[in-house]
Amino acid sequence: MTATTTTTTTTTPYDQLKGPTAVRRLIATPTAGPLAALLLACVFFSLTTEQFLSGGNFSLIVQQVMVVGTLAIGQTLIILTAGIDLSCGAVMAFGSIVIAKMAAQGTLPPLAAIALGLVVCGGFGLLNGLLVQMIPLPPFIVTLGMLNVAFALTHIYSAEQTVTDLPAPLTALGETFPLGRTDITYGSLVTIALFLAFAYALSSTSWGRHVYALGNSPESARLNGIRTSRLTIGVYTLAGLVYGVAALLLVSRTGVGDPQAGQTDNLDSITAVVLGGTSLFGGRGAVLGTFIGVLIVGVFRNGLQLMGVASIYQTLITGILVILAVTVDQISRKKAR
Amino acid sequence: MSTDTSATPVLQARGLVKKYGHVTAIDGADFDLMPGEVLAVIGDNGAGKTSLIKALTGAIVPDEGEIRLGGKPIRFSGPQSAREHGIETVYQDLAVAASMDIASNMFLGRELRRPGVLGSAFRLLDKKRMREEAAAHMADLKIGLRSLTQAVETLSGGQRQAVAVARAVAWARSVVVMDEPTAALGVRESGQVLDLIRRVRDKGMPVVLISHNMPHVFEIADRIHVHRLGRREALIKPSDHSMAEVVAIMTGALTVKSDGGTVVTDADAARAAGVSAH
Repeated sequence: MTATTTTTTTTTPYDQLKGPTAVRRLIATPTAGPLAALLLACVFFSLTTEQFLSGGNFSLIVQQVMVVGTLAIGQTLIILTAGIDLSCGAVMAFGSIVIAKMAAQGTLPPLAAIALGLVVCGGFGLLNGLLVQMIPLPPFIVTLGMLNVAFALTHIYSAEQTVTDLPAPLTALGETFPLGRTDITYGSLVTIALFLAFAYALSSTSWGRHVYALGNSPESARLNGIRTSRLTIGVYTLAGLVYGVAALLLVSRTGVGDPQAGQTDNLDSITAVVLGGTSLFGGRGAVLGTFIGVLIVGVFRNGLQLMGVASIYQTLITGILVILAVTVDQISRKKAR
Repeated sequence: MSTDTSATPVLQARGLVKKYGHVTAIDGADFDLMPGEVLAVIGDNGAGKTSLIKALTGAIVPDEGEIRLGGKPIRFSGPQSAREHGIETVYQDLAVAASMDIASNMFLGRELRRPGVLGSAFRLLDKKRMREEAAAHMADLKIGLRSLTQAVETLSGGQRQAVAVARAVAWARSVVVMDEPTAALGVRESGQVLDLIRRVRDKGMPVVLISHNMPHVFEIADRIHVHRLGRREALIKPSDHSMAEVVAIMTGALTVKSDGGTVVTDADAARAAGVSAH
């Protein structure tokens, strides 16, 4: 640098880290902790169970987390703006009933039914976004209300009946193809593709930067010329469309339209986002972290099941993990201040 | 540096008025910023400094009066329109995104995309070029920071201020407005920011400095705009008046005459402030 520097002495957590830049970068990356936790869990379950470490089992884990994982993508977008979405599971359930019933009754051709499902879910997202931005109302309250609206509509529209006999296009994504010695569903590929697409959009486009800036401080974002209203409404709408994809994946995986589906998926998606290192306070985190968070939940549930632990203990452990993750987030935020 | 008052003002206002119901925030205010000067804007709380600055930076639209930029009448529809005309503001809370790195903050809202199809179809950001240009701007102002990939929240208050100033200078084409840039800083860091303001001025960029801190104003300002009761009470040089006199003008104890002398308008207040007419 030049001889007269304004500020030369910096003591930052980043600078204090030792080692080569690549290693320092990795440690400073918010997804490093979740990734380490995931790997530790994998090692643990590989040592304690025989079946865990197999291609088939991993394929199963991905299938099990596919739907929640997709919801968690939309949830990540919203949480990055310092919002939260309690309605995602219910919106997905309604979308899935719309797709299943429209197609099964022959009201619409299968592809049109799928498109309608996407539009319906996107519409819920748009409505959430408008209420959050325009009134404005706290995201927690808006999406709590929307959770009930979507839940009720699901049960009214389905008349509490499970929709069966779905036409083939609706279950196509549930079909598998062989990869090595394991079978992969096409739906898993859709989920992974969505994760990659949003990872790219968030990290490498202006839109992504603006989402982070919005989550840091809406006022600062506005003063920097970012159209925050449009951005907020756009994020909720986009999340809604992603829930629509999750609705299709749900239908294709279960092969039915189930009005009881997805009731705890809103909290599971938030769990995955938080475990993935994204801050509930907005502005920090990454969608690839969410992918890791989703896998952590999936690996724990799967591994504990293989160990013969009752499912209620799996829920218990997931709960403890979430509280740990939020604690780490809170402490690291305080240090950053 | 002495201000050339015969040149065309960079930014000028005549007879600005802004009313909110029965409250008059700006009451026929004038404003003149000359090329290459640091103009301090001071005034008591509630004098209407902030409203004046907001009108000049497009954050509010005045009811009456005229703003001229480089001699040409202009109307700002919002902060964005003022920015498009080369007026950059460093807000008191800096308007930075804390979790984002320095280079990202410098280009926030004005990101650069890669050339070709990667930029147009895939909207891919040119992170390398943004880092390089950010580094060039920082070097230009002799701001030393170890890494532009550091998150702004890891910086000290003075460093954050430096980043916000560098961003404003990088994008400003006519004026940089700074709102209380030293208010939240300690003595050493304040000195560094004042040095930085000097370097901005020496690059030829005029600076409007809103400040409460009289020693800082006297240290750095070429001229002082004293705002009182919604209008410009006086436009003076720091060399012509003592700090006590300027405070007395600010509070209405003294009034500046057209020949530069002062008259006592509130004898008790002037006595309390220890100033007299000259």
